[in-house]
Amino acid sequence: MSFFAKRIFGVIPVILFTWSLVFVVLQIIPGDPVNLMLAGVPASEEVRQRERVRLGLDKPVVERYVTFVVRAVQGDLGESFRSRRPVTTMIAEQMGSTIELALGGLLVGLVMGIILGILAGIRPNSWIDSTCMALALVGVSLPSFWIGMVLIYVFGTILMWVPITGRGLDALILPSITVGLFIAGGFARLVRSSIIEAMGQDYIRTARAKGLPPVKVVLKHALRNAMIPPVTLLGLQFALLIGGAVVTENVFARPGLGTMLVDAVLTKDMPLVQALIVYKTAAYVIINVIIDLIYGLIDPRVRMERAS
Amino acid sequence: MNAIAAQPATLKARSPTLRFARRLFLNPGALIGTILFSLLVLAAILAPFIAPYDWNETDVGMRLQGPSLEHLFGTDLHGRDLFSRVIAGGRYSISLGIATVLLSLFVGSVIGIVLGFVGGRIDVWGSRLIDVLLGFPAIVLAIMIVSVLGVGLVNVVVAVAIAGVPRFARVVRGAVLVVREQLYVEAARALGASDIRIMARHLLPNVVPTLVVLGTLDLGNAILSTATLSFLGLGAQPPTPEWGAMLSGGREYMRYAPWMMIFPGLALFLVVMSVNLIGDRLSQVLDPKAKDRR
Repeated sequence: MSFFAKRIFGVIPVILFTWSLVFVVLQIIPGDPVNLMLAGVPASEEVRQRERVRLGLDKPVVERYVTFVVRAVQGDLGESFRSRRPVTTMIAEQMGSTIELALGGLLVGLVMGIILGILAGIRPNSWIDSTCMALALVGVSLPSFWIGMVLIYVFGTILMWVPITGRGLDALILPSITVGLFIAGGFARLVRSSIIEAMGQDYIRTARAKGLPPVKVVLKHALRNAMIPPVTLLGLQFALLIGGAVVTENVFARPGLGTMLVDAVLTKDMPLVQALIVYKTAAYVIINVIIDLIYGLIDPRVRMERAS
Repeated sequence: MNAIAAQPATLKARSPTLRFARRLFLNPGALIGTILFSLLVLAAILAPFIAPYDWNETDVGMRLQGPSLEHLFGTDLHGRDLFSRVIAGGRYSISLGIATVLLSLFVGSVIGIVLGFVGGRIDVWGSRLIDVLLGFPAIVLAIMIVSVLGVGLVNVVVAVAIAGVPRFARVVRGAVLVVREQLYVEAARALGASDIRIMARHLLPNVVPTLVVLGTLDLGNAILSTATLSFLGLGAQPPTPEWGAMLSGGREYMRYAPWMMIFPGLALFLVVMSVNLIGDRLSQVLDPKAKDRR
């Protein structure tokens, strides 16, 4: 278990470092948080000053930084400047929607990527390969905000097959495809090259020689051995998605952490930005640890290496 | 460049450049990509001559017209000809993308070369910073930078470029780590060459193929990111015929005038795809380690 303990403790400096970086960046962003918050509100300078004192904005930067870190370590990430609610509650509310989209997008990307990658990889340089790789290229080249709108127009407005907004499972289909198309593109290429490599190995010849059906050779022997690099990519994609898919959320008017972060940055809602960064960093690390565990499940050799 | 020298004798091109070009364009994907990209760039450059209408000229009587022979891509809310605007949009989107890549390429390779060459504590901390930055989605990083710099086209280029720096720096650093162990670097040092000279004359030229591949592969990305920021309202502002900004405008009228969002997006997609086609082939030709050449 020390392997994972080491990984988790190794992250603490990264988190501290990220916080400091974000803290500094937020100081540089022009504009006063209280004025941004009370934009258009007829509040006197006196009221504004009192608000600054309440939020602790009158203190020197260093003092604010230290206070922030000390509180954060105690598990108190503060409350939003804007909504005055605890930031952890705010994140918890939007997390569901973000995770749904991340899982949906990942599922679409995984299924399409594996199918395209295997079809391309078992017959390299054939017309099937070329077609699959052309499709993969289309996937990574599509602007997600554009394909999102096209999907809304075709399936939501003209055909009316699925609702355009909302939180049901059917409203998740189009956003998931939007996110998934991009993931599938990169994923298919990696699966293809891994499959090509695996198909050249001795154990594939053995499996064929002993008369296994081709489907079994590919799915059981080649694919399983070819999955490590694609799983890594998939994990990294998931880690990024769990922070919120800014553009897709925007196009589909979905609530989510991506939109939340952008709004928080633009309004200098510092506690909220800081908390989102903490959440993102933590999610990133946890997912990486999970990927390591999955390696062991896919390939027992990894487990043995780790034990030795 | 070993891979090129090792080509069978069937390729009887004379100069290495010619041979390189042949290998690059013998691939249908790269050929299509190059032709497509050249056409789109040419259209953008020649926009003032080939656009049938002035792309900023409004004609309220012709607003929200569907595609027709008169207006190939239809007209927008103010009756402006969309075909002219899409052609003109290339002037913004493509040049912004190129500027972005050049900027991140330059800054990223300087940082990468210094980290890889100097090593030690600078390298450890520098690499750690790069890892942290890579954990951020580039688009979020770019948005944060725009919010520091303010909204605008130039700031979007700077922001997307900075957000791309860690990627370039990391790859260049890796390449430098390999190159600096080569005998000729040792020889240069033995001859008394300064660090700056070694970095500029011996390391840089040897990472150029990597940089070319990386830059081309990243161009599609850069064009997409700058357009995305304009789409989100942080870059080009409405009257400007930039594709992202046009898409953002077309979004509200999607129901009644879908052509307003279909054509700018299609142009954006075609540019990005053509660049990716070229980048793909380039990385296969320039990277001798790629086993499965197509």
